[in-house]
Amino acid sequence: MKEKLILIGNGMAGVRALEELLKLSPEQYDITVFGGEPYGNYNRILLSPVLAGEKTIDEIMLNDEQWYVDNGITLHKGKWVEDVNRAQRTVRTSDGIEEKYDRLIIATGSTPFIIPIPGNELDGVIAFRDIADVDTMLAAAKKKGGKAIVIGGGLLGLEAANGLMKQGMDVTVVHLMDTLMERQLDKPAGALLKASLEEKGMKFLMEAQTEAVLGKGKVESVHFKDGLELPADIVVMAVGIKPNIELAEKIGLHCERGIVVSDTMQTFDPRIYSVGECLQHRGLTYGLVAPLFEQAKVCANHLAHIGIARYEGSVTSTKLKVTGIDLFSAGDFHGDEHTEELVLQDPGRGIYKKVVLRDNRIIGAVMYGDTIDGTWYFELLRDNTDVSDIRDNLLFGQAHLGDSGHGDDNRVAAMANTAEICGCNGVCKGDIVDAITKKNLFTLDDVRAHTKASSSCGSCTGLVEALLAHTLGGDYSESPARKPLCGCTEFTHDEVRAGIRDNELKDIPATQKFFEWKTPDGCAKCRPALNYYLLCQWPGEFRDDSQSRFINERAHANIQKDATYSVIPRMWGGGTSPKELRAIADAAEKYNIKTVHVTGGQRIALYGLKKEELPEIWGDLNEAGLVSGHAYGKALRTVKTCVGQEWCRFGTQDSTQMGIDLEKMTWGSWTPHKYKMAVSGCPRNCAEATIKDLGVVCVDSGYELHVGGNGGIKVRATDYLCTVKTPEEVKEYAAAFMQLYREEAHYLERTAPWLERVGLTYVKEKIVEDGEGRKALEQRFLFAQSFAQDDPWAERAEGGEAHEFTPITQVG
Amino acid sequence: MSNDSWIKVGKVEEIPRQGARVVSRAEGDIAVFRTVDDEIFALRDKCPHKGGPLSQGIVHGKRVACPLHDWKIGLDSGEAVAPDEGCAASYPVKVEGDVVMLSLTPNEGCPNT
Repeated sequence: MKEKLILIGNGMAGVRALEELLKLSPEQYDITVFGGEPYGNYNRILLSPVLAGEKTIDEIMLNDEQWYVDNGITLHKGKWVEDVNRAQRTVRTSDGIEEKYDRLIIATGSTPFIIPIPGNELDGVIAFRDIADVDTMLAAAKKKGGKAIVIGGGLLGLEAANGLMKQGMDVTVVHLMDTLMERQLDKPAGALLKASLEEKGMKFLMEAQTEAVLGKGKVESVHFKDGLELPADIVVMAVGIKPNIELAEKIGLHCERGIVVSDTMQTFDPRIYSVGECLQHRGLTYGLVAPLFEQAKVCANHLAHIGIARYEGSVTSTKLKVTGIDLFSAGDFHGDEHTEELVLQDPGRGIYKKVVLRDNRIIGAVMYGDTIDGTWYFELLRDNTDVSDIRDNLLFGQAHLGDSGHGDDNRVAAMANTAEICGCNGVCKGDIVDAITKKNLFTLDDVRAHTKASSSCGSCTGLVEALLAHTLGGDYSESPARKPLCGCTEFTHDEVRAGIRDNELKDIPATQKFFEWKTPDGCAKCRPALNYYLLCQWPGEFRDDSQSRFINERAHANIQKDATYSVIPRMWGGGTSPKELRAIADAAEKYNIKTVHVTGGQRIALYGLKKEELPEIWGDLNEAGLVSGHAYGKALRTVKTCVGQEWCRFGTQDSTQMGIDLEKMTWGSWTPHKYKMAVSGCPRNCAEATIKDLGVVCVDSGYELHVGGNGGIKVRATDYLCTVKTPEEVKEYAAAFMQLYREEAHYLERTAPWLERVGLTYVKEKIVEDGEGRKALEQRFLFAQSFAQDDPWAERAEGGEAHEFTPITQVG
Repeated sequence: MSNDSWIKVGKVEEIPRQGARVVSRAEGDIAVFRTVDDEIFALRDKCPHKGGPLSQGIVHGKRVACPLHDWKIGLDSGEAVAPDEGCAASYPVKVEGDVVMLSLTPNEGCPNT
């Protein structure tokens, strides 16, 4: 018989835990849900847009009743659980329903804080918490020129005030403090916010203490401590929420401010879990959605008996869902004597940005007016990235780090619905916003799956994340700080790599078994990654698994849209000869090549070959000495050069020979992503060395080494690493840098994002400052190369891997 | 179905595990897959998205990832994995001894283009 799981609280956190559980282990439990409200599960955070008339209740439903039916879940809606007998393991509702459980989730959420003043029980005094409250407010707004008083100038209060104002009410916000949203904003940002809301017609009463609500049966006015009295048809109390621990306390679970839970979301009774706003974890309670979702994931993981996920607390960020107001805050933005503040203020444009640093790491940020980089700062904050290398440009935003593609167009809020966000798949802003709201998407992965935006080259990822944040406000579930390698595992790239090394895992199935992969044999995302990690860790020992390689690497040619292939032979350092050119021309004629194209990497590509023809054309090219150019691989691609000293009147060194030497040393090497080099003979840099993974710029005194450049998706100029004197040193440093990248970058991470992740300082320490370490890296690289430099084309031209290139049979 | 409609494809071991081979045909190729558990499936070698050759994709579980745009196609049904929508025709296969047999009459349900 199945185990019985009961969820008390039919809200976002609890139901999300069920969804996560169903994904992991759909058949494990017989599930029953008790919910106090007479609805399915709705998106509580979108109540503000409902109040503002921008959305309907139907639009914010997350799980309608059919969802419970489809998943075999029994839903008791409108039922209050009154008691839980922990010894018998039963729950009982106020109207007498009794159910047994094996495991129980308490997700009773929070209750609004009602200020203890006279008159708080009058008709027309409400909180802003559920659909019923919204209905009350909408009813009050029907009276023409009605007056509303919102007590509380925090996130919730301002959203309520904005909604009521949109419904035509005359709204005054009463706040005890001198700054709006003082828990999320500092004074300057709070002042900007107040000014823009006043411009929209909202009134404020700051530093005002409410003394009583007056009226006969129904609210008529509000009285303040300083004697002021304001008329009111409705009073909304939005001064805060408190975890709803009533039931948990009653049944003897340990509670402080919230229900105390462990890192696996278990209460002091290990059969009882808690998720959401009702819990307290490591001393903190949470009121935003993103942390609740993280908790739900961990809870589901434990319920499914996987038990490797741990909740370690969340750093949260805030956005206000008031149309036309852009603000963002995260972390500790007040700072103290040990912190530094970077501030950018442009009152004319209504822009204010503050980033708080401790030890060159972001610990908090507040932004007003221009919040496009909020998600970026937040990512740097969560990843605890050392920003010393980018500090000088930090406040100007990520665009200033070299994205030539978008620049100022990044302001998603201002974009038209028809503006194209994803250039690869032709997805417009309107399509994405529609999908987010209609299909209830929360994460980047959701948006990728449903719209394809950001699922190809990824250059619009920042825009899509900004759109998610903009559309969902505080509801946006950022990509988790801890990124599992893929959906088959909870472990990260780094953990898997370390595990392969420390536990001497020598093949893909052993690795998957060790890390308890959730799928029988992985997926198209993790298998190529594992194959690379194993190959890199155990050179000469690991047997490459061609079935875990993408077709291009398996077939040693690039698949094209019509399922034909292209072939690009290597041209060392970009040089060629009449003999090679003749062989290429002959092959082009022999195989009826429709397109002969000169590539960006100084080589010649032949397009339109049938797969069966590949071994044969390779054989022909081999005869002229041409070998595979690995143009299809996450591997060393090209070393681009200029003619340098040999011909050029400006040349300072023999850049061509330097390039050939580098290519001879590195060809055949597999890397986390493609890897390109260049050598320019002088600082005019004709070989464009400063947009390569490693670029050498020859100068009169030696060779400048530059790393981490990228000329593709996002243009990034290299960072200067150091200058060396001799070609031997160039080779040593180049080998060491490539090996560091091979050993430490995540699969499919180019050197540019890797360098930004680990920091130039770190790479300098490893490559420039630590001479012994550098030599050891070089040795490991050369050792790996001793197994890698066989021309894959030659082997196949001689009949190797024949099954790859021929049909198994022919019909008709 | 009469016996003559089955054709002999080849031996199971000629298809790489977690891989596929192509049955070449004037009316359009058919991809014959072998999973990690040695189950055999056959689909029209054409992704419902943009016609990519499914035989060239990475086979994982009972799915193949199309090499062109990474759509995941179910090997048993030919259906694209949600939220993508589309279907590649599937063909009946059986293994007799160690020989893979294929019927050229597709299963019903998916358009066979």
